[in-house]
Amino acid sequence: MAKAKIALYWCASCGGCEEAIVDLAEKILDVVDKADIVFWPVALDFKKSDVENYPDKYIDVCFINGAIRFSEHEEMAKLLRRKSKMVIAFGSCSHLGGIPGLANLWNKETIFRYVYHEAPTVVNKEGIEPQEKVKEDGMELELPSFWNTVRALDQVIEVDYYIPGCAPTPKIIEDAINAIFTGQLPEKGSVLASQQALCAECPLNETKPEKITLTEIKRVHQIILDHEKCYLTQGVLCLGPVTRGGCDSLCIKGGMPCTGCFGPLDQTIDQGARAASFITSIIEYEDEELIEKVVNDIVDPIGWFYRYSLPKSILKRRNMEVKKK
Amino acid sequence: MSEFQPKIVVFACNWCSYAGIDLAGSSRLEYPPNLSVVRVMCSSRVSIEMILKALERGADGVLVTGCHPGDCHYITGNYNTLRRYHLLRKMLEDLGLNGRVRLEWISASEGERFAQVAKEFVEEIKKLGPLIIREEVV
Amino acid sequence: MEEVRIGIYICHCGKNIAGVINPKRIVEHLSRLPNVVVAKEYLYMCSSPGQSLIEEDIKEYNLNRIIVAACSPRMHEPTFQSALIRAGLNPYLLEMVNIREHATWVHERDPAETEQKVIGLIRAAVHRAINLYPLEVERLPVVKSVLVVGGGIAGIRASLDLAKAGYKVYLVEKNQSIGGKMAQLDKTFPTLDCSQCILTPMMVDVSNNPNIILQTYSVVEEINGRPGEFEVKVRQKARYVDWDACTGCGTCVEKCPARVPSEFDEGLGTRKAIYFDFPQAIPRRPVIDPDHCLYLIKGVCRVCEKFCPTGAIKFEDEDQFLTLKVGAIVVATGYQLYDMRKMYEYGYGKYRNVITGMQLERLSSANGPTSGRITTIEIERGKIKPGKEPETVAIILCAGSRDENHIKYCCRIGCMAGLKHAYYIAHALPNSKIIICYTDIRAFGKGFEEFYQRIRSLPNVFMVRGRPMEIFENKDGSLILDVFDSNTNRRLTINADLVVLETALVPPQGFEEFRKILKISCDPGGFGLELHPKLKPVETTVDGIYLAGFIQGPKDIPDTVAHAGAAAAAASAFLAKGYIESIPYLAHVDEDICSGCGVCVSVCPYDAITIEVTDGRRLAKVNSVKCKGCGACAAACPSGAMQQHYFTDKQILSEVSALAEGVVA
Repeated sequence: MAKAKIALYWCASCGGCEEAIVDLAEKILDVVDKADIVFWPVALDFKKSDVENYPDKYIDVCFINGAIRFSEHEEMAKLLRRKSKMVIAFGSCSHLGGIPGLANLWNKETIFRYVYHEAPTVVNKEGIEPQEKVKEDGMELELPSFWNTVRALDQVIEVDYYIPGCAPTPKIIEDAINAIFTGQLPEKGSVLASQQALCAECPLNETKPEKITLTEIKRVHQIILDHEKCYLTQGVLCLGPVTRGGCDSLCIKGGMPCTGCFGPLDQTIDQGARAASFITSIIEYEDEELIEKVVNDIVDPIGWFYRYSLPKSILKRRNMEVKKK
Repeated sequence: MSEFQPKIVVFACNWCSYAGIDLAGSSRLEYPPNLSVVRVMCSSRVSIEMILKALERGADGVLVTGCHPGDCHYITGNYNTLRRYHLLRKMLEDLGLNGRVRLEWISASEGERFAQVAKEFVEEIKKLGPLIIREEVV
Repeated sequence: MEEVRIGIYICHCGKNIAGVINPKRIVEHLSRLPNVVVAKEYLYMCSSPGQSLIEEDIKEYNLNRIIVAACSPRMHEPTFQSALIRAGLNPYLLEMVNIREHATWVHERDPAETEQKVIGLIRAAVHRAINLYPLEVERLPVVKSVLVVGGGIAGIRASLDLAKAGYKVYLVEKNQSIGGKMAQLDKTFPTLDCSQCILTPMMVDVSNNPNIILQTYSVVEEINGRPGEFEVKVRQKARYVDWDACTGCGTCVEKCPARVPSEFDEGLGTRKAIYFDFPQAIPRRPVIDPDHCLYLIKGVCRVCEKFCPTGAIKFEDEDQFLTLKVGAIVVATGYQLYDMRKMYEYGYGKYRNVITGMQLERLSSANGPTSGRITTIEIERGKIKPGKEPETVAIILCAGSRDENHIKYCCRIGCMAGLKHAYYIAHALPNSKIIICYTDIRAFGKGFEEFYQRIRSLPNVFMVRGRPMEIFENKDGSLILDVFDSNTNRRLTINADLVVLETALVPPQGFEEFRKILKISCDPGGFGLELHPKLKPVETTVDGIYLAGFIQGPKDIPDTVAHAGAAAAAASAFLAKGYIESIPYLAHVDEDICSGCGVCVSVCPYDAITIEVTDGRRLAKVNSVKCKGCGACAAACPSGAMQQHYFTDKQILSEVSALAEGVVA
């Protein structure tokens, strides 16, 4: 059998997903054994023009990580879609919008205003902002457009499969690659991880009492966590119940609650809304003042519940009109 | 241009609020036709997803109604609603949707109160104007 | 999957609907909606021809979803469900759209907008109906026995009725004796029958009835199981007397040296540490009050043991627990007096001659502390003693009732009780002066108005329309009342030797906890909430649990007895049917998705969900018998594994989305 051709690309991402591939360590050699890498700008010297020159559907599998922040990201995503038989959204940003997606609480105007004018470390007396087109030495230079809204990959192109995680764990990547090369893939559009929430595989799940009730909510720095006991029951917002499993509970085993990077399960449409619904269901109090007190323990609910998924949530972003008033 | 007519989705529990809204009907208490009611057995069935979905799909406001605290047909169901509402309100602030969602306790005997709340809420939403959550990509 | 074929039927409801909107025009619009095979309108859909129309269409067009746009589903859902059943369709494939109560009746002034709203509502129903699926109900057996909680007149009447109907009745009473508040009364209004004379024969009937198992000095601790098969855990408090050995001779009571203020005499008299609640107690078996028995607190005495002819004293007795299996429960826990010490301005508990109406009942009763003499109260060396005959008595109605700062509702008894108390005094002390301070006289019952006229025309009864603002005590223990009389527009200062407060009446102590054990709701006053204020006055939100008497809301004795009879009849009907049908709108778990996180367990108000380990996996299991179908767990489930039948996420979201979109072409 001819070797498969694979491509890897990054959009708005931190580089962690690339690291995750490197973290495959010697196993990456198995991949190289089975496949030729035909595009991987982070590691190998390929140019956009190389991809443009490939015939359509030339690439067998294309892994794209990162969210869609700039016009460039969309352009590359569309190009790679045309050139690939299968596109896989790799990592939380590509899958759900990820951490960059939290920028959807602002828009271009407010982000630029802060970053180039108001941030305490900025000195910008002339009030210069990045321009998309600049003339320098008689040459016109072009920068990609910065958009108002960050999107997940499937809000720009059709995606065949998703490998979740921030970053995807070595095991989940390995399993996905095996599934791809053996052709044992589930239904198109599937997320290649568990179909159950993290609790199902969490070693602390069985330590839960019969009923869980919260009388206060703490952030991890406000409590000395008992690592033998379900974090949620200790009043720490663990998003395990609302997050797809498959990560081998790495954060939990590392002593931290789940922050939700594998995203929601198939049956739910909005991870943050689900999280808020479930957390409020287990607050102990019936008295409004006490409820308010516990709710106020959640310092930044959007940031917490939608840490990885705001662009793929029902509302996708903040409604900016009210702010302008 | 004709006046903006908001679309408002109302969630009502079967035992108190839905009955109260029915009572507003049988008492012929006029209120604006902007509200449409979704029946659930208990207000605790209403998840935040449902409320956000309504706003996303075109509702300009959402009114959640349930039995008064202590009167819930399902003992404590409406406390879930109350807790959920407190957190949701905080989330909506961050999402720029202040004032779009309201929680009201309407008992089976409070038809008049429902009609009053309906009128008030329609006016409030009219003041806020139409809700268009633009994706504002570009 | 089977193709969805929807039939839509719009009811004119005479002019109620068609007088505002044009059903014909709407029908034309509807045929464009997805999966709609047929849409029709008719004058009265709920009529026999209307229902037949649906039944025939189901067969002719092979319909598998029916939408009826008419009145409220709370009105006619069962009607149209039965039409579906007759046509061979599962009744839960019906979707009703409320276009009368929610549209034409409330937006009459705006027909064009109303029509748009109606189309929007029906469109949403179509989207919801597409996602409906058939549901089944189960038949569950019913145990033919009943628990009656509370042995006052309501519990007694309900027990006797149920026993007569042939059911085994467990009557649980917290005190030593049954009889309740009525046993404390001297006479009853408006007929002035002797309370004891009409009550005690019924108490005897209870003790003689072979179908009634009397379980006094006991409380219900826990209720498990389901309607039709409740498991009730009862705690029988330690009696320290072997009731089987005891003959009720009363020697022990006579010999006991410890005197304790008597609850039955409202603290005006004393009882012994080993005691009957009152001389006519049923069962006639004493108990030892462990907080006052000299042997149990100090380790010396044992006089009762020495004198007991049958050796029935059992100092080593402990609380015992019994488990009862019953099909139904009648709650007849009655009421208690509002704590008048909370109304500082009246000085109850501080001024010895300010007493409650119930204390006056005890003073007036032949079996009371003064053998029926009405006197002022003296305190000598800390002990309460009868004083002189009062010359002036003030009776204050609505003491704590109809008061924003205390109890908002009307006690429904105080007016008549106050008039009755005026009669007691006028009758016993013809030379006394009686002043009734009232707010309004509510004489609504049979014979009440006549009674009122009779009492107010007594020469020594005076009516003052106003509640005293404050009461002051003189050195001799007599009282000064400061009251504004709104009949004469004058501020009065009244001197009285005795003040009787017709107190507010509230749910009994512990009822808030008990109703949570029962899992029934309460009204703002804390009384048990009936299922419907008019049509289901004894039913509760839990099948098989019925309210009898005052615990549903203030009632006098005739109303209490009638209500208790109704509760017994409702319980009988429930038991006689022999089975109950399960609720179709239950929660259910998709086990492939469930992660066993346990959130649903914490949310369920009925303890209907448990986490069980199956093949090494923790999974939520719904007890379909305990589940009442609120859906709280489905909204809380973090993974979407928990759903509620007929109200699934998909069903609700499709309806909500369509409504929010409004009418789209």
